[in-house]
Amino acid sequence: MVTDTPYIIDRPEDMIFRLNRRTLADPAVLEAERSAVFDSSWIYCGHESEISGPGDFQTRVVCGRPVIFARDSHGDIRVFLNACRHRAAQVCREPCGNMRRYNCFYHGWSYDRDGRLVGVPGEDSYPPGFDKADFSLAEAPRAEGYKGFWFISFNPHVAALNDYLAGAREYIDLVVDQSPSGTMEVVEGTQEYDIRANWKLLVENSFDDYHLLTTHKTWLDYMKDSGVNVEPPAGQGLLLPSRGIGKGLGNGHAVIDNINFRGRPVARWISIYGEDAKPEIAAIRAELVDRLGEARAARVADTNRNLVIFPNLVINDGSSITIRTFWPEAADRMKVTAWALGPAEESDRARARRLDSFLTFYGPGGFATPDDVEALESVQAGLATWRETEWSVMSRGMNKTGEQLNTDEEHLRAFWRRWNELMIADT
Amino acid sequence: MTPNPVTRGHVEDFLYHEAALLDEWRLNDWLALLTADAVYYVPSTDAPASDHRSALFLIADDATRIKARVKRLMDSQAHAEFPHSRTRRLIGNVRITAASDTDLSVEANFTIHRFRRGAPERKFVGRYVYRLTVTKDGLKIAERRAILDSTELGAQSAVSFIL
Repeated sequence: MVTDTPYIIDRPEDMIFRLNRRTLADPAVLEAERSAVFDSSWIYCGHESEISGPGDFQTRVVCGRPVIFARDSHGDIRVFLNACRHRAAQVCREPCGNMRRYNCFYHGWSYDRDGRLVGVPGEDSYPPGFDKADFSLAEAPRAEGYKGFWFISFNPHVAALNDYLAGAREYIDLVVDQSPSGTMEVVEGTQEYDIRANWKLLVENSFDDYHLLTTHKTWLDYMKDSGVNVEPPAGQGLLLPSRGIGKGLGNGHAVIDNINFRGRPVARWISIYGEDAKPEIAAIRAELVDRLGEARAARVADTNRNLVIFPNLVINDGSSITIRTFWPEAADRMKVTAWALGPAEESDRARARRLDSFLTFYGPGGFATPDDVEALESVQAGLATWRETEWSVMSRGMNKTGEQLNTDEEHLRAFWRRWNELMIADT
Repeated sequence: MTPNPVTRGHVEDFLYHEAALLDEWRLNDWLALLTADAVYYVPSTDAPASDHRSALFLIADDATRIKARVKRLMDSQAHAEFPHSRTRRLIGNVRITAASDTDLSVEANFTIHRFRRGAPERKFVGRYVYRLTVTKDGLKIAERRAILDSTELGAQSAVSFIL
């Protein structure tokens, strides 16, 4: 711990949960997080659909390290650390593609698709005992996938991914079940943007439905103008057009799970899709019912779910599906990467509808995300007062027994409790 | 076929006028420059040549969505642009790349500087690809595509105004 002041005050019996604002502003906290949170957890690396055959690769920065997310000569997924074993220059500098060899241009060392060092110019000048077999590309200590989503960990002793994901698996399944063959794919086109805010603010924002009414009033107006009913149902004490719950899923993962009102490409028609989309949406729905049964189909098609997988992966299955991950460049700055995800077999028209629906809300040019960015940057500006104002309040719903709403804060508290556990354990 | 009488000079005047309307936040006047079925696209930075029907864009607006975007931007609850940022766009290298009796394909380079209190200057550099229609009321925009040169949006953060 950076100081004696606690990161959180968590007293359920007194219905008090407070968050020390230092956690969002102090560079020393970020420094501690790098080992306590990021290097101890599973961190999202990529989706298997982004690399399909032997030699395919994507280079990206994951957990602060440049990595090559790749298929080896057998088509198996490998995550190489993108640093030559000679002097550390990156051996692959293309964003994506297919490689026969990873070539370091600095002194010419080259590696095959399995990471084996196969070429060393002037190898005879190394002293006896130099063996190329000792200089294969390093790999992430752990790399495992769950239903197409691949994670890496720099903690060799981390629990198996399957166990780590805990209750989040159920919510990944609800996404993957949208494909008849269980094959989802990342769509071409990546949204990469910076936010001048602490990364944990985007964790909160990604599934904080309490902010929707005021931060996204213009989006709600747009939905209303387009013929979508955005009035809260009478007599339920709800702020939003439909009922939703928020809950922790274990290991710091958490979710909001809402009855849909905003339309779903799979499979709930709204006016924005146009009359001519009705038959195809109905057919997608019928396929779900056929394959999954009425109850499961309704679960998939009639709920929106914003899922946080601890610490920095968000899968939002709302107006469309987005995978979003983010990395802190500094205590007050993060880089965000977002992709669209859809069933591999969906028709061209369904794909176009999915992408159109995505852009009504999400992304740097959407009708909502720019205002989220503005909100987070406004919070970060306010956080400069952390020494004076010290505590944020996060107690919504603590007076309730049982289910908590999406506009309560139990799911936020679930994230913070895990974060706090890891940070305290690291001292 | 009679040669299209529209010259590069006409096109430049039109684009400069459009730029002025956007920089002055006269967005309803800007709407009047568009055809009834106009479209507006900003591709993702890693897929600048892709199709919005098969690739994720930053913006892919049909005419209805463009009007909704303008309505949103003129609302004081569009927090990312209220108060409005100050923008200044410089447009150059204007070329007519194809022309028929009724349509022109036009390309131009742009640099747009965005300033806002409390925020760093953001600079958007790229090129426009336009399809302009010749009407009795002058040129109209049938399609405008703003293709950013940056390899990621990065510090530009959001495309919260009309690029």
